[in-house]
Amino acid sequence: MAMSKRKRAQAVRGGQYALLVVVAVVLAVVADWQNIGRAFFNLDVARAQFPEIISTALVNTVTYTVLGFGFGLVLGLILALMRMSSVPPYRWLASIYIEFFRGVPALLVFIAFGFGVPIAFQVRFDIYSTVMLALGLVGAAYMAETIRAGIQAVPKGQVEAARSLGMSQARAMVTVVIPQAFRIILPPLTNELILLTKDSSLIYLLGLATSEYELAKFGRAALNEHQSMTPILIAGLCYLIITIPLSFLSRWLERRTAGGKKVSAPEATGLEVKA
Amino acid sequence: MSETVVEIIGLQKAFGPLHVLRGIDLEVRRGEVVCVIGPSGSGKSTLLRCVNLLEQPTGGRVAVGGVELTDPDVDIDAARRRIGMVFQQFNLFSHLTVLDNLTIAQRKVLRRGKAEAEEVARRNLARVGLAEKADAMPAQLSGGQQQRVAIARSLAMDPELMLFDEPTSALDPELVGDVLGVMRTLAEAGMTMLVVTHEMQFAREVADRVLFMDGGVVVEQGPPERVIAAPQHERTRAFLSRVLDPTHQGPNVPAT
Ligand SMILES: Nc1ncnc2c1ncn2[C@@H]1O[C@H](COP(=O)(O)OP(=O)(O)O)[C@@H](O)[C@H]1O
Ligand SMILES: [Mg+2]
Repeated sequence: MAMSKRKRAQAVRGGQYALLVVVAVVLAVVADWQNIGRAFFNLDVARAQFPEIISTALVNTVTYTVLGFGFGLVLGLILALMRMSSVPPYRWLASIYIEFFRGVPALLVFIAFGFGVPIAFQVRFDIYSTVMLALGLVGAAYMAETIRAGIQAVPKGQVEAARSLGMSQARAMVTVVIPQAFRIILPPLTNELILLTKDSSLIYLLGLATSEYELAKFGRAALNEHQSMTPILIAGLCYLIITIPLSFLSRWLERRTAGGKKVSAPEATGLEVKA
Repeated sequence: MSETVVEIIGLQKAFGPLHVLRGIDLEVRRGEVVCVIGPSGSGKSTLLRCVNLLEQPTGGRVAVGGVELTDPDVDIDAARRRIGMVFQQFNLFSHLTVLDNLTIAQRKVLRRGKAEAEEVARRNLARVGLAEKADAMPAQLSGGQQQRVAIARSLAMDPELMLFDEPTSALDPELVGDVLGVMRTLAEAGMTMLVVTHEMQFAREVADRVLFMDGGVVVEQGPPERVIAAPQHERTRAFLSRVLDPTHQGPNVPAT
């Protein structure tokens, strides 16, 4: 009566396949495929999205992301260095910043820079500044921890070799440690870029001119116009055109550095090598 | 007469409660090769690292080339330029080619031009027998080759003193000879060297003086034929019998 462990595993797997087949059959019979097909993918509506969805929306998404990522990377590097400073107040400031911006929703930061700050200080940012600030400030908090982990993963002996060649602490940091740290953290930074690509869509709530539409807003507007799901589907595919190659790149970089040191941000702490 | 390159007086170093160096006096004259031997944990690396202030001494005086490094106002970066250091783990800059490993400090620290720095780099690579490896990355080299590049990297800065911290301890046995060969040539060319090593054959043949350290003090020092071949102290004898004849451990095994 008692099945062997192997037999039982086989039976369970068989059951799982059977369930899959049942679900597929039910869906095929019950669902109104023609209607679903038209609603989700209407070829005429799809055609009407081109070329603007690429030439405007995709380009804007990439532009906003690159702006935010660039600013975030620079600020993140500064925060990471502050976080490791020998002057305690710098460490505290960096920690408070990082905890704050990792703890509040990115949406709130966009609202703050889109509406709150302009009201408070009687200034008006253009769309590029807003997205760069909001996306960059949030991204920096995450990237700072990744960069710090990367810097701490560079073996101590590298700094000692640089110092004994007469380099100052700062010079050793710039010419030896940071270049190696970035090599180590390239995979997690690529993942951060993917997250920012998606978060760049939050700009949609700011009231954009047509030429400023990014993919999400573009899809939303086209959905209204055509009363169709199709533009959203295409917008989604456009995101995947960006994110999937990045994801492959990240995994390839990770495999390339595997065997060496590996840092998965932002939890990773320093893997110190004592020479 | 020859001038003093390294002058260490009453050097102390503690890591918290751990007293690692307990008053070391040492003088190294120009062109002299001094080998430091002693059991693991006796403070050899710490001594060497105090000579270029990778560790901050907690007491005593260290002067190199007449510059007192333990003076709190000393320009330590300037002082280190004239002291080469070779590490057990090589510590080549892994993101740079061999040539760039040799030129980067020349360019950024000594402010040499690109052409001059490369000329110096290639000359020193040739000196360690690796002229053809200029464009390789460190990871593509064997341990012995990496260590020779590390030596060349230090030499490219025209140091007046070279420190070696167990330069062959991380190497496969068949690669040790190449590195020791380079060091021997360097010694013959008149370089002042302070070498921590377990290679007794090298110490015996190349050193002008051998220092035996144990427990953070210099137990005994003198010419190699005395310290290695006829040690005066029991601790030195016990250490040497362990190193020279590791299969017959024990303090009572008579030397053969
Ligand atoms: N940075 C450090 N912090 C604390 N203890 C240390 C440090 N460096 C060395 N030590 C301790 O000092 C002692 C001497 O170390 P070391 O100079 O490396 O000895 P050796 O090179 O002769 O083997 C050891 O007990 C070691 O654990
Ligand atoms: Mg040591």
